[in-house]
Amino acid sequence: MNRNPQLNKHGELQHLLTTEGLPVSILLHILDTAESFAGVTEREVKKIPLLRGKSVFNLFFESSTRTRTTFEIAAKRLSADVINLNIAVSAQSKGETLLDTVNNLSAMHADMFVVRHSQSGAAHMMASHVRPDIHVINAGDGRHAHPTQALLDMFTIRRYKKDFHNLRVAIVGDILHSRVARSQIHALTTLGVPEVRVIAPKTLLPSRVERLGVHIYHDITQGMKDIDVIIMLRLQNERMLGASLPSTEEYFKYYGLTQEKLTLAKQDAIVMHPGPMNRGVEIDSAVADGKQSVILPQVTFGIAVRMAVMSILAGN
Amino acid sequence: MKIHIKNGRLIDPKNGIDIIGDLCIAAGKIVSVNNIPVGFQDCRVIDATGLIVCPGLVDLSARLREPGLEYKATLESELKAAAAGGVTSLACPPDTDPPLDEPGLVEMLKHRTKGLDQVHVYPVGALTQKLKGERLTEMAELRDAGCVAFSHADAPLVNLHVLMQAMQYASTFGFSVWLRPQEANLARNGVAHDGEIATRLGLPPIPVCAETIALSNIIYLAREAAVKVHLCRISSAEGVSLVRAAKQQGLPITCDVSINHVHLSEMDIDFFDTNCHLVPPLRSLHDRDALSRGLMDGTIDAICSDHAPVDEDAKLLPFGQAEVGAMGLELLLSLTFKWATSMNIPLIEALNTVTLAPARILGIDAGHLTLDAPADICIFDPEEYWHVSAATIKSQGKNTPFLGRELPGQVKFTLTDGNIVYES
Repeated sequence: MNRNPQLNKHGELQHLLTTEGLPVSILLHILDTAESFAGVTEREVKKIPLLRGKSVFNLFFESSTRTRTTFEIAAKRLSADVINLNIAVSAQSKGETLLDTVNNLSAMHADMFVVRHSQSGAAHMMASHVRPDIHVINAGDGRHAHPTQALLDMFTIRRYKKDFHNLRVAIVGDILHSRVARSQIHALTTLGVPEVRVIAPKTLLPSRVERLGVHIYHDITQGMKDIDVIIMLRLQNERMLGASLPSTEEYFKYYGLTQEKLTLAKQDAIVMHPGPMNRGVEIDSAVADGKQSVILPQVTFGIAVRMAVMSILAGN
Repeated sequence: MKIHIKNGRLIDPKNGIDIIGDLCIAAGKIVSVNNIPVGFQDCRVIDATGLIVCPGLVDLSARLREPGLEYKATLESELKAAAAGGVTSLACPPDTDPPLDEPGLVEMLKHRTKGLDQVHVYPVGALTQKLKGERLTEMAELRDAGCVAFSHADAPLVNLHVLMQAMQYASTFGFSVWLRPQEANLARNGVAHDGEIATRLGLPPIPVCAETIALSNIIYLAREAAVKVHLCRISSAEGVSLVRAAKQQGLPITCDVSINHVHLSEMDIDFFDTNCHLVPPLRSLHDRDALSRGLMDGTIDAICSDHAPVDEDAKLLPFGQAEVGAMGLELLLSLTFKWATSMNIPLIEALNTVTLAPARILGIDAGHLTLDAPADICIFDPEEYWHVSAATIKSQGKNTPFLGRELPGQVKFTLTDGNIVYES
């Protein structure tokens, strides 16, 4: 095995590619730093100069609104120059390879790349080819990882539940295709959550997922019992075409989160969703907008968490 | 040219020979084993003290990339690589561009390789036109042009009716059909073994049943068509069991495995190493160990290099988009030797899987050191290690999971028909 490619030789964060294999000390350092930034976003003057003079390139090979925007806001609040590239409609469609794109942008004195790509491993590949002074942040690669989403979810859980060590967390839905679920599972187990459940039909679970340290449930009514945190995942319409599921209606009936199913969890359980939501497919509007929902605070915390990640990388 | 190979460790699986002795060659043939003919005037003496002298290797799967894919490799570069690896005969699959589906293409290929005079090249013809899985090729014409068998390379052959007809037609002429078992729909979009590693890395999976279902289909159809079938590069423990059962029933089936799969598993993908993006996928450690046992008990007859030189840029992509394959001609001997050493397998048995056994599958007179046999010979130093790097690899493709490793078994001489085609 190679050395963990996201750590430098001192064991510090060089890139953020996945939550898998990150030491708990680094995870907590990111969450603590994010706490200190959470105040900044509520101030009158929201800028701090930690990344002044640095260039952050947002490289989105897949479309995104929430993630790209929150990264942009986070970088700007740290006083960085932000360059957004919508690669889906530029160089790649002209046949340029991912590495050529990266090399060209590096030549423009980039300090940090935030990358989203449809292929698992794209961010790792970039990280292994950039100059050693450049940092890569994975903003989602294929089905593999979406570490900043998982970190903002951990931040949200800590805000509402204080401690990770006595929680039961359920992740519901399309685990198979979800980079968010994979990153959440690694973060939760590393932070000491004693029980993580995945709840889904067999067609939406990857093989040997139990090896990641989770308990498998196919029946949501059983899976909800004693749960403190419910994370709903987005169901994409392609799943119906790919014969993973018969219909959104049947999915909603058996796996969609309704007020009725929510009552099976603990009374003070929180409901999370990485967005974008499909109301009436994986989650009922009454739950999404209900008092147990923390879906909008997740988005707000996303800015502080991404500020934390960028400032830590820039400092290493 | 006369050659006197002195004092080497002669290993010949066919004749059960493993002795220190001399080997003499004249007019392209072996003229004596373990003695020196009266009046043998040496033209060239090779001192093989401390070296192993064995039959030249026979590789059942080596892509030379001609015609059509010369940007990846050329006959010149790959036949040099073969000679450097001690390989004296190789079969090339039909997945060129265009595929080897017309006699003219095969004749051209044979003509080009003859001119290079390095190693023997045995083209495997396409089983269907353009490898589309729809219409049969002119197999008899292709045989006359030089094809030794017919295969579908890695192209999907979904229509079982077509496969059945192809088998029956091949059986009519006594041709053998080579198939890599993989059910196309079950493997669709997959890039890695359906297991823990693919789950962790988020790589689209290829389940083991993609192989076992295809194997079952092939075995039942082969019985029906009474055709000789060679199974290419099986990858799973369950696959080995199916082949074992079919052989016990007396079906005329042979089988090979790629040397990569004998050594590596899904674990070697590590952090998305695109050199480990192979077809079939590297499977679990359990599967890897079953492949070794299959070789030891004879269920798997031969080891091939599955040589697939790939242009460097095609590997500098995210794992799923990177082109599949690894170069292997120059690694086959070293990796087979390493396998034998680490598993405590007698060298004569290990060498059988890369010499005599594949020669028999090809139906050629090669892979042995018998008197009057063609002098196709590999001489290597078992004690000498070499470093696998872009600088030491002669193939145009530098892509291999073994890049950076030290491997035992340095080839010193390769002889084809009594000519020294490689000397280090």
